[in-house]
Amino acid sequence: MRKMLLAALLGSFAFPGTGRAEPGDVVAMDHGAEIFRRIVVEADYAARDGGQWRWHVDGWIGGDSERVWIRSEGKIEDGRAEEAELQLLYGWNVHPFWDVLLGVRQDFEPRGETYLAAGVTGLAPYFFETDATAFLSTEGDLSLRLEQSLDIPVTQKLIAEPHVELNAFAQDVPERGIGAGFSGVAAGLQLRYEITRRFAPYADLVWERALGETASIARGRGEDVEVTTLRFGVRAMF
Amino acid sequence: MMKTRIRIPLPTLASLALAGGLVAVPYAAFAGNYDLTVAKAKVEIDGRTVEKLTVNGSVPGPTLRLREGEKATITVANEADEPTSMHWHGILLPGIMDGAPGFNGFMGIAPGASYTYTFDIRQSGTYWYHSHTGTQDQSVLGAIVIEPAAPPPFPAERDYVVLLGDITPENSDHVLRNLKADPGYYNYNKRTLRDFFGDAREQGFGAALRDRLDWGEMRMDPTDLADVTGYAFLVNGKQPAENETFIFRKGERTRLRLINGSAMTLFDVRIPGLKMKVVAADGNDVEPVSVDEIRMGVAERYDVIVEPDGEGPYTIFAESIDRAGYARATLAANEGAEGPIPERRPRALLAMDDMGAAHGGHAGYDMDGAKDEHGGARDDHGGHEGHGHEGHGDVHQMDDRHDGHDGHDGHHMHEMQHDGAAHESPSAPARAVGWASGFPEGSKVLAYEDLRARAAPGDNRPPDRSIEMRLTGNMERYVWTLNDKRFGEAAPIRVRYGERVRIDFVNETMMAHPMHLHGMFFELENGAGAHRPLKDTVIVPPGKSVSVILTAREVGAWPLHCHLLYHMASGMMTAFVVEPPDAAEAGITPDGASLPLAISHDGHGGHAGHGGM
Ligand SMILES: [Cu+2]
Repeated sequence: MRKMLLAALLGSFAFPGTGRAEPGDVVAMDHGAEIFRRIVVEADYAARDGGQWRWHVDGWIGGDSERVWIRSEGKIEDGRAEEAELQLLYGWNVHPFWDVLLGVRQDFEPRGETYLAAGVTGLAPYFFETDATAFLSTEGDLSLRLEQSLDIPVTQKLIAEPHVELNAFAQDVPERGIGAGFSGVAAGLQLRYEITRRFAPYADLVWERALGETASIARGRGEDVEVTTLRFGVRAMF
Repeated sequence: MMKTRIRIPLPTLASLALAGGLVAVPYAAFAGNYDLTVAKAKVEIDGRTVEKLTVNGSVPGPTLRLREGEKATITVANEADEPTSMHWHGILLPGIMDGAPGFNGFMGIAPGASYTYTFDIRQSGTYWYHSHTGTQDQSVLGAIVIEPAAPPPFPAERDYVVLLGDITPENSDHVLRNLKADPGYYNYNKRTLRDFFGDAREQGFGAALRDRLDWGEMRMDPTDLADVTGYAFLVNGKQPAENETFIFRKGERTRLRLINGSAMTLFDVRIPGLKMKVVAADGNDVEPVSVDEIRMGVAERYDVIVEPDGEGPYTIFAESIDRAGYARATLAANEGAEGPIPERRPRALLAMDDMGAAHGGHAGYDMDGAKDEHGGARDDHGGHEGHGHEGHGDVHQMDDRHDGHDGHDGHHMHEMQHDGAAHESPSAPARAVGWASGFPEGSKVLAYEDLRARAAPGDNRPPDRSIEMRLTGNMERYVWTLNDKRFGEAAPIRVRYGERVRIDFVNETMMAHPMHLHGMFFELENGAGAHRPLKDTVIVPPGKSVSVILTAREVGAWPLHCHLLYHMASGMMTAFVVEPPDAAEAGITPDGASLPLAISHDGHGGHAGHGGM
C-alpha cells in the first residue's frame, strides 16, 4: 500500500482494477504532504561530578503507518563522555496506539558495542507513553529496557511529567559490572514550562538506584548504588 | 434558448463583485463571465502582515453573481508558484468542470497556467468556491450567488452575502505538520490538575477521578472540540474590529446569505434581538422556519430573512463552537453603528456519549466491535422511509444505544429547553456537557429535523441499497479516515447511473464531521417524508449517525469528503463514482456531456433544471 501511495503522489496512479483511463479514474493528488516528523531533544545540566551534562533524543520521521525512529542518549561528566548511544529503527504501525520497531543500537561510550534492537512504542491506557525495547549485543548478551511517562498539565503550559525507566539483563555482563536480573531503575519528575509547544525549559528531579546483583557488584567496588540528581535543561521539538 | 449576458469591462466587474457583499444587487447586472487570478498577496491578520494565496488579491475573492439558465464562463489564472484549482461548491456541472484535482481528468492548474471553466447554470441559490488543492482553501475562496430564473418565493428588499471565515497567520501547511507531530498542539483547553481539584470539590473526589479514568482508559480528551486554534474569524474578510456592516431600514426584509467558508471552524450563528427565518439550506429553498440560532458546519449555507421592527443596530454574532473567538457583523441603519457584543459562552465539554460510547468504551478504535454494533443497528432501518423522528432530536435513534445518558443525550441540534447544564447564567457559568449543548435555555436552535424542502424532490422511490460510510480516525496520530481507509487506500464507491442509494454516515469519532459530496445534492433523511431537504454538506455529530439518499444522476467521479480542511488533507476523502449509462445510450449523459468525461467536456446543451432541483 505504501508503494501505491507513493505512486499516487507521483501522479501516475489510478485505482486498482482499471488498466486504462476511464471516467471513474481517480488520481490521488494534491491533498496534503505525506512526510512528517516529531523529534524531541532534551539537554540538561546537573551540578555534580564536576558538572554533568546529559542529552536525550527521541523522535521519528515518516508517514502515518511507517516511520524511521532515531534515539540517542548520553552523559558528559567533567568534560568527558561517560555514556553515549545511538539507535536507528524502522517502525510499523500495528494498532491505533502502537508501533513495532526493529533496528540497531550503537554504543560509543563507555565502550563500543553494537546491538540488534526490537521493541514497541506507543500510548498505553491512561495516557502512559510507553517504550519497551530488547537489545541483543554482538557478544550475545540480551537486555531489556522499559520506559514510561505521563504528561499531567498543571496549567495549560506548566506540565508535570513523572517518568520511570527499568533495565534488566538475561545474563551477567561482567565487563560492564552487571549481574543477571533487574539491574537498575530510574524514576523522576520533570516540571516543564511550555513557552511554545516546541520549546520548554524544565527542571527534572531524578532518583536512580542499582538493583540486585548489579547493586552488589557496585557496592563491592565502593560505588554509590543510589543517587538523586536535580537537573535543569531545555526541551525542544523539531 | 434565451440568454442575457451583459459584458462589463473588467475593472467595473471587479468592483461590482467586490461590492457585492456590501450592497444589494437584486436584479442588477449579471455577468456569466468572470476572471479570477490566484496569487500571493499581503494580508493583515490580527495586526500581522503575512503572505497568503488569494483570489484577485483579497480574502475572500469576489462574489460571483450568476443567473439560472445562463452559461458561466470563469477563467482561473494561476500566478502563484504552486499548483492550484478552483472548485464550485454545490454546483451541478460536468465532472471535468468540478475543479477537484485528480478527479474526472482534471489535473489542477499549474503555475503560470490558466483554466477556463464553462458550465450551464441549472440551479439557483447560495454557494461558494474554493481551491481544492492542498491546504489552500483556507484563503482561496469566495461566494457564489445564483439568481433564480423565476422570481424568488421569499422576496426581500435587501440581499447580503455573509461569508464566515477563519484565517491563521501561520502557514497553512505548517498547521498540518504541527498536528501530525502533536495532535494536541493547538489545544490550550486541556483539563488540568487545577480543573481536577475543582471538579473534585464539586462532584467529589471519587467521581472526578472516575471521570478522568474513563477518558484515560480510552486515551481520549473531552476538550477536543476543535483541532486548530489561532484563527482570526471573519465576515466577508473583515475581523470583528473592522465590523462589516449591512445597511437596512426598519420594516424591510433583509436576506442574509450565511456561508460557512471556514477551513476548520463550526460556528454558532445568532442575531440577538432578531428571529432568523430560514428559507434555504445549501442553496435549496425550504419551508420557512424561524430560529434564534444556527449551528453551521464548514461549507454549509443557510439563507435567512430578518425583518427588524426596530432601528437596531443588531449584531450578527458567530461564535466558534470551541469558543476560541467569534466573527461579527452589524445590521444597522447607517455605517459606523455598533450593536452590543453578547457575553461569551463557556466552552462545552464533550460527554461520554459524544464518543459513540456504544462501542464498548473503545470509541471507534475497536473497529471489530464497532462493526458488530452497527451491523445490528443497520438492519433496523432497512426499508424505512423518513423513519419518522419528527418528535426528537436525533436523525438516527437506533444508533444511540446508550440509554443511561438521558441528561445530555440525543439532542443533536434541536431545541435545548431541557438541558440544565446548558443554560447561560452570568453568575455561575456551568460548563456545558455534550457536543450539542451550550445554547441558551429556551432558544430555538435550527435542527435538521426542521428542514422541509419547499418542493418535494421528484424521485420518492426507496433506495435500491445502502452504503455504510463509517467516519473513523486516530486522533493520536492525526489520521482521519473513511471506513478506516485514507484517501487512495480504498477503492472508489461505484454506483450505476440512475441508481438510488442511501449513504449511512456513522461517526465513530469524537469530532463532528461536515460531510460533503461534489456534483450532486443528497436528500437528508430527517423525517420530512417526501419533503426531504436537499443538501450538499451534512454535519455528522460525534458518536451519531446521519443518513442521506440520492439518485445517481450525474455521471463522473465525485469527491466525497469531510470539509474540515485538515481532516481531508490527512485522508478523510473518497471517490463516489457514478458509472455511465449502459452501451445503448453511451456517449451522452443527462448533462449532455460526452464520454469519456476524462477527455472531453464540450457539447453539453442547455439542459437546465433537472435532477431534483
Ligand atoms: Cu468541498
